[in-house]
Amino acid sequence: MTAPLDSHAPNTRYVARKRRVTEDKRLAAGRGNFVQDIVLPGMLHVAVLASPHPRAKILSIDTSAALALPGVAAVLTGAQLSAATNPLYGGLPTPEVKWYPLAVDLTRYAGEWVAVVAATSRGLAEDAIELIAVEYESLPCIIDPEAALLPDAPLVHPGHKSNVLYRQTFTWGPVADDFAKAEDTLTFRARWNRSSTVPIETFGALARWDIGREIIEIWASIQMPNYAEQIAASLRIPLNSVKVHHDVDVGGSYGVKRGIKHTIIVAHLSRMLGGVPVRLIEDRLDNMSGGDAHGPDRIFDTTVAFDKNGSIRSLKIRALDDAGAYPGRGPFQLGKPIAALVGPYTINSVEYEAISVTTNKTGQVPVRGFGQSPTNFMIETAVDKVARHLGLDRLEIRRRNFIAPNAFPYEIPTGTKYDSGNYPAVLDKGIALADWQHLTLRRDAIRKEGRLAGIGVATCLEPGGGNNMFEYLMNPAAEITTFMEGCGIRVDSSGRITGIMGTTTSGQGHETLVATIMGEELEREPDDIRVLHADSLAGLPTRSPVASRMAIMLGGAAAGAARKIKDKLIKIAAHNLGVGESELDYDGGTFFDRANPARKLTWEQLCIIAHRQYHKLPAGLEPGLQAEYVWQVPGGGQLPDAQDKVQLYPCFSFQAHFALIEIDPGTGKVSILDYALAHDCGTVINPDIVRGMIIGGVAHGIGAALYEQFTYAPDGQFMSATFADYLMPSVFEVPFVRDVEHCTPSPLTSHGQKGSGEGGYLGAPACIASAVNDALSTRNLCLDSLPMHMMKIEALLNGDSQT
Amino acid sequence: MSMIKLTVNGVARSASAEPRMSLLDFLRENLGLNATHMGCEHGVCGACSVILDGAPVRSCLLFAVQADGHAITTAEGLRKDDGTPGVIMDSFMEAHGLQCGYCTPGMMIAAHALLEQTTSPSDDEIHEAIGGNLCRCTGYAQIVEAIRLAGRRMKDAS
Amino acid sequence: MKAASFDYIRATSLDHALSALAESEDAIILAGGQTLVPMMAMRLARPATLIDLNEISELAGITNRDGYLSIGTMTRQAAALASTEVNAQTPLLAKALSFVGHTQTRNRGTVGGSIAHGDPSAEIPLAAIALNAEIGLASRTGTRTVTARDFYTGPLSSVRRTDECLTEIRFPIWSGTVGVGFQEISPRHGDFAIVAVAAQLEFGADKVCRRASIAVGGASANPVHAAEVEAALVGKRIDPRLANEVSRAVDPILSPTDDLHATAAYRRRVARVLTERAILEAAA
Repeated sequence: MTAPLDSHAPNTRYVARKRRVTEDKRLAAGRGNFVQDIVLPGMLHVAVLASPHPRAKILSIDTSAALALPGVAAVLTGAQLSAATNPLYGGLPTPEVKWYPLAVDLTRYAGEWVAVVAATSRGLAEDAIELIAVEYESLPCIIDPEAALLPDAPLVHPGHKSNVLYRQTFTWGPVADDFAKAEDTLTFRARWNRSSTVPIETFGALARWDIGREIIEIWASIQMPNYAEQIAASLRIPLNSVKVHHDVDVGGSYGVKRGIKHTIIVAHLSRMLGGVPVRLIEDRLDNMSGGDAHGPDRIFDTTVAFDKNGSIRSLKIRALDDAGAYPGRGPFQLGKPIAALVGPYTINSVEYEAISVTTNKTGQVPVRGFGQSPTNFMIETAVDKVARHLGLDRLEIRRRNFIAPNAFPYEIPTGTKYDSGNYPAVLDKGIALADWQHLTLRRDAIRKEGRLAGIGVATCLEPGGGNNMFEYLMNPAAEITTFMEGCGIRVDSSGRITGIMGTTTSGQGHETLVATIMGEELEREPDDIRVLHADSLAGLPTRSPVASRMAIMLGGAAAGAARKIKDKLIKIAAHNLGVGESELDYDGGTFFDRANPARKLTWEQLCIIAHRQYHKLPAGLEPGLQAEYVWQVPGGGQLPDAQDKVQLYPCFSFQAHFALIEIDPGTGKVSILDYALAHDCGTVINPDIVRGMIIGGVAHGIGAALYEQFTYAPDGQFMSATFADYLMPSVFEVPFVRDVEHCTPSPLTSHGQKGSGEGGYLGAPACIASAVNDALSTRNLCLDSLPMHMMKIEALLNGDSQT
Repeated sequence: MSMIKLTVNGVARSASAEPRMSLLDFLRENLGLNATHMGCEHGVCGACSVILDGAPVRSCLLFAVQADGHAITTAEGLRKDDGTPGVIMDSFMEAHGLQCGYCTPGMMIAAHALLEQTTSPSDDEIHEAIGGNLCRCTGYAQIVEAIRLAGRRMKDAS
Repeated sequence: MKAASFDYIRATSLDHALSALAESEDAIILAGGQTLVPMMAMRLARPATLIDLNEISELAGITNRDGYLSIGTMTRQAAALASTEVNAQTPLLAKALSFVGHTQTRNRGTVGGSIAHGDPSAEIPLAAIALNAEIGLASRTGTRTVTARDFYTGPLSSVRRTDECLTEIRFPIWSGTVGVGFQEISPRHGDFAIVAVAAQLEFGADKVCRRASIAVGGASANPVHAAEVEAALVGKRIDPRLANEVSRAVDPILSPTDDLHATAAYRRRVARVLTERAILEAAA
């Protein structure tokens, strides 16, 4: 009999054990190293001038008065900057859609940056900004993504000759057949309005051109892949002239900390000014209106085909996404969800029409889950609708459609294989934790008193690990199949271990991850292991902490590097003990001769041999104890086949959410009375970190479901530039979330771990929507548009179609 | 420019600043106290919280000149005299009451003000104390747990 | 988001403040600063001179005098909220204060500052209008008193002259058996209200309502006093049916507008709902 995969008590020393988080030691002591904390001598401060018009021609810019202000070092306009730099990277084959850090000739959204000032203080720079005179000719704008598709719509990028950036229909599996065979269909529209992650730290970048070394040094609050590459490309300098310091603590990101345009501005200014350090720290208005901050803005039109027993056969999905004025990587957020386009269900086929349009809004950037959360909301809405239509229990319909635990690895119609999972077991754990029966009693008691209450359920996937072959699906010029992460290790002559990673951290605890895994592999105390963030010139290849990938990829690389060290130690021990490698036992750093355990070599002795006693090394063995390991994403490396089938992402975490909500019928206000979820991300490396990200993700999802929206007025003005208008949940809005872990290890990773960083955000919006609709169903109403502002709910309840 | 003399974390400090400079910027830029963080600069997020004459306030909503002659406690003041973490800081570490660490100093200041009043706060009291401090990472659960833990430890120690 | 430059005057007495106010061009009074400072940071307000009242101890304090609770203009909202006197003598104000901002903003924000600013949906002006508090104003040339219901002339504007400073707000103390209701809807706890309703009722031994004060905030340019609703309650015993019926009378006095957070229609409907609830809360 084989050991059950669901064992939740891994045989580990450090992995999955309650251990303090390394990073907390400095961060909770107020000793972080955030970009605002880095002060260089003579540093200049940048302020930005934003366009008040959603779309306007720039007729003239007069910077003379600003330049004359004492303390002002430079004023930079889009015309000047675009002459000296290449456009920022887009990703889609749309050469006429050019994106520069500062507007050139035409402004394309209210808040777009038109000019910047570098001065001796930020206050002074803002004074100078007020002295810049810009003459605009306001033009009609386009704000509604559907209207942007119409032939007479104003063109955001006239050279592109259309507002459609991308449009393609994929058909995976026998969609027509499945629809023909299905006993029933339902069609609905689901709207995910524009929201984002909005970290409490804004974006900031500091640059210094080191003339002597010909290196642009960057300290930034950054979380993105290919950052150094994009800097080099835009500044027209060699890649090895870009040094990005990765030891900057990032004050939250969850995907959005891109800031490439800010970086180009400060880097260019520093070069222009002969190496003076220049920094740009967004203020909140810069951040919300013109920074790289907004997430998906999506309309789903979905038809679901099913049988009377609740079995879902097929989906036809049209996803229209508003990428805003400058697409960046935004449109690819239509692509990633292909990795889990049928959710945890045995849906046999799927048609997916993905459309990305450009409008006169701020450009869209990646947000936690990279399009997966809106997609999960749509899938779960479909499942709930089918259940309601058929009079089926919402748990039962999920059970009937779940991929069975013994079916893994399971290939979904899009060609991706899910690595492992046990959806019914996780659902059952969640039901037990939430106490479904009690939730139902509570809901019904509220209803009996004439009030509105509902229970939500959502069962969702979190693809983890990266491998964005969707990029190739959307743009075959992007023939990139390598998705790697590197990690280095050094063991010094005293036996202390240093791990070397090559990217920034924004709260995910990567140092803890690396130390825990290296400690586990080498059986050494993780708290004694230092983990450094090497800069982009010193470090190994990294794809950055996107795609819920670090536990999988950095964890795998750290394990690989540590195993190389162990392999070397075995050789040294075997050589010195005069036995074969297979005749050794290892415990806590010491190798024993299995036949005679009194004969041993300790960790300290081995380290001395490696570093100081060449004469004791096996012939040909490299001295010292250092190793590097660069790991390719498991299952990655293939291009799509002729049917556009391809493996996207290696690992699939699963979560089952439950919520009890009440709606005040007089005001439409939703109160969350209870929230529970069961979660399976395989082996948990650090329980506190995973729990934090899961609950934090739920809070973030509650925001997206009920409160948060970047709103544009019909005339294109941006309405949500402050924290008084963009409403993030406080402790009062987030209920106490009960959570339970389940462990279905991934067969593809070093310790069975999967991704968890996108966390509860991938299920909470769907769950809250499910609960609200359960409540509204008692009045035969439904609402499929997020956020479900109380005003929208009240209008629905009171028959007000205007609101 | 005005000369501003104040007490910060029990130490007399002085520096000059323009009247328009916020207390937040003054603490960070003129006094080199970086634990107080800038989140929104319009008084909503609470990342810049400090204690002014015993009460927690937003340092972005005060001009530094207003603090002349007053006493301020910043998150740095929650360390022990030897620089090691005080009980609130250590409890945040133990309960992992943070992730990115950006809102954390403000949260700890809010917690400090609360625990000065009571070491056995109810959930409602904790919510009231940190209700004006936004965290985007944690969903607050581990922060609330950290504050409860700190309270228990302070109670046990007294 | 840094304020434009200004001259700073730390007033040490009311007279000092009033002189500075009279002598400075384009001066603004700084009270708690919880609204003014962000406006300055965004450069929506850019005074040439800022006159800081925070060091004037004579302007803070709570006194029970002549049937009124006099609250010094610089009394912190937190101090007023914690005051047993406020709680006992002006329970409606106490209830309203619990909805104002958060601990940290109440520690700095002042009762007078909120009154002077006059946000259409702010809680303290709403309570002041419900109870028709008296607002004491002083200038170098003299003092005057204006009732709260006569104070405002529109959103963020009032009859206060630029050379005048608020000195105190005098809330009438009701005797007898008093019940209060304060109902507010805001997206999140501590946000500015979308709509709020304040109700204070006095009851006889027979539980008949003898006196009523009700006002609605957030649904007009300034909080409005709902005289018709009050009249419909006086002389009656309050039950849910009556509360529902009389709450309809708020509708004609409202003139809500659309904004980001709510439509006018929403404000109108919710004002009625909250009026009904505030009456029932006060009667409970």
